[in-house]
Amino acid sequence: MTAEPLLSLENLSTHYVSQQGSRVVRAVDDVTLSLNAGESLGIVGESGSGKTTLALTILRLLPPAARIVSGRLVFDGEDLRTKSDSEMRRVRGKRIAMVLQDPMASLNPLFSIGDQVGEPIRVHEGASRASAWQRAVGLLKSVRIASPEMRVRQYPHEMSGGMRQRIVGAIGISCGPRLLIADEPTTSLDLTIQAQYLDLLRDLQRRHALTLIFITHNLGIVARMCNRLAVMYAGRVVEQGPVARIFNAPAHPYTQALLGSLPRMSDERERLTAIEGQPPDLASLPPGCAFAARCPMAFARCAAEAPPEFTLGEGRTARCWLAAPATARAPLSAHAVGGEGGAHAEGIGG
Amino acid sequence: MKHYIARRVGYSLLSLLLLSLTIFLFVRVTGDPASLLVEPGASPQDIENVHRQLGLDQPLWVQYWQFIASLAQGDLGQSFYYRTPVLDLYFQRLPNSLLLAAVAMAFSLLIGIPSGIIAAVRVGRMWDSAGKIFALLGLSLPSFWVGLVLILVFTVWLGWLPSSGSGTALHVLMPAFALGWYFAAAHMRLTRSSMLEVLGSEYVKLARLKGLPEALVIGKHAFKNALIPVITLAGINLVVMINVAVVVEMVFAWPGIGRLLYEGISFRDFPVVQGVVVIGGAMIILVNLAIDIVYALIDPRIRLAG
Repeated sequence: MTAEPLLSLENLSTHYVSQQGSRVVRAVDDVTLSLNAGESLGIVGESGSGKTTLALTILRLLPPAARIVSGRLVFDGEDLRTKSDSEMRRVRGKRIAMVLQDPMASLNPLFSIGDQVGEPIRVHEGASRASAWQRAVGLLKSVRIASPEMRVRQYPHEMSGGMRQRIVGAIGISCGPRLLIADEPTTSLDLTIQAQYLDLLRDLQRRHALTLIFITHNLGIVARMCNRLAVMYAGRVVEQGPVARIFNAPAHPYTQALLGSLPRMSDERERLTAIEGQPPDLASLPPGCAFAARCPMAFARCAAEAPPEFTLGEGRTARCWLAAPATARAPLSAHAVGGEGGAHAEGIGG
Repeated sequence: MKHYIARRVGYSLLSLLLLSLTIFLFVRVTGDPASLLVEPGASPQDIENVHRQLGLDQPLWVQYWQFIASLAQGDLGQSFYYRTPVLDLYFQRLPNSLLLAAVAMAFSLLIGIPSGIIAAVRVGRMWDSAGKIFALLGLSLPSFWVGLVLILVFTVWLGWLPSSGSGTALHVLMPAFALGWYFAAAHMRLTRSSMLEVLGSEYVKLARLKGLPEALVIGKHAFKNALIPVITLAGINLVVMINVAVVVEMVFAWPGIGRLLYEGISFRDFPVVQGVVVIGGAMIILVNLAIDIVYALIDPRIRLAG
């Protein structure tokens, strides 16, 4: 663990700013994460919690309205924030690859599979059309597509959803990247195909010594695929650490609620528990903890003051006053539930 | 599906019938052609004779029936003025109209597509605004006015281009611009919106994630997809261009179908006017029918609803 991490984000923030500059959406706020080579990190959170923006921030491929406003972004010893656009293009697809949410829409309907899989090889390695084509055949084989020699000549509409997703995976690994970011790659697949695809990704990770970031809202996938977990809420990482530790003893009430809303076979409960309320508007965050209004354990300080990231040992951190070491837990108010946040705080029930 | 096509064909024939009736009646409102065909001061008896020769002495419904009956056999009748079959006159003029439409189309695509792409890539910036003004003018300025201003500038002031007639490559430039500007604007706006849609697609996102240079992302992945609706529209517009050039052909004395129609109207040459309008209408109805059928083949929702 003493080696330099492959990817390290320090206090990274990405905001969307409206044209007049009047509305600032803190899509990614003060995120600190580090990832060693060969690890796999799961990022979970609700829709709109900033997971995808975080991934696009790492690749510096944000929509025009978004800006990285502060923080450091270091990959493989290089500061990506200082790179020019053309230098970043040489990172994308070559050293950091990303697989998108929608495999059905990710392939261009007008070009053959061979063309699209071989494209990064031609661009990044200057390979000829013929040799890129040959490499594409090999890549299709490595993502377990039958008769790849025939498939490279075909077009996306001739493929099933599962095949297209594996082809997108083949594009991802085509130039031998060190980091692969998979953004909800299985949401549109049915369960058996999902399982096959996850197996394939794990296999590719082992064979190519890939470091993996897995963005999902499915904790089951995290348990299966990842050794590290970061939970995002309202643009912030509220808890992170080794998957097993967090699953056994979640420190943040939001993580607890997420785990509590998982269905279990052995479950005696009649209904699944849902987290009451809505995530806050990222353009007007409350002054305190963003989760306070929905938190069953909130107390006065939560609504008044945003908790910093507390270190819990074993590589774990949590942004929650409950996780504060005893010395930091100043007795601002001993009694639970007060102020603005308290009104909604009783929502969650077992 | 068969049911759907049969119904579409039925509607098309009905539209054509209504068009033929409308033009048949309207052209007869313009006056008596015989008064233009006889010598000044001719006797009522002479005029009566001309009427009988042209079949204008028959009741209206008989005339209409004859028009429709011969139309069904592909016969558009004889020109009152030239005394030759209307179809012959039509095919004499058609090559000129095709040439004008082809040059106007080339011009509208060469201007419309690149400027539409630039507008989409630089959306909200200077080139986008310039394109918007170009499109607004193209869609709203009447073509006769554009034609007259062109003549004023390029013939009267600069003396570069001939103001009227046909025969050389230079002759076609101004009428093609006057006719094509409107279509350049239409093609530009469609290219822009189509590009914007494609640029937001997942496969363009993936192309960027692959680290492709922007020129390849736009020129290869976005452009080819964005072009599909533009080509469809251009195909329809080519047919429209052949048939709507009346005013432009008049301003530049271009001997095409539009001018034939204009001459037909001024000489009260009923068969010519009826023939040109019905052929033009038939072309446009046919294109629309073809589009309806192709869409039905592609989209099952239309197919089943039919």
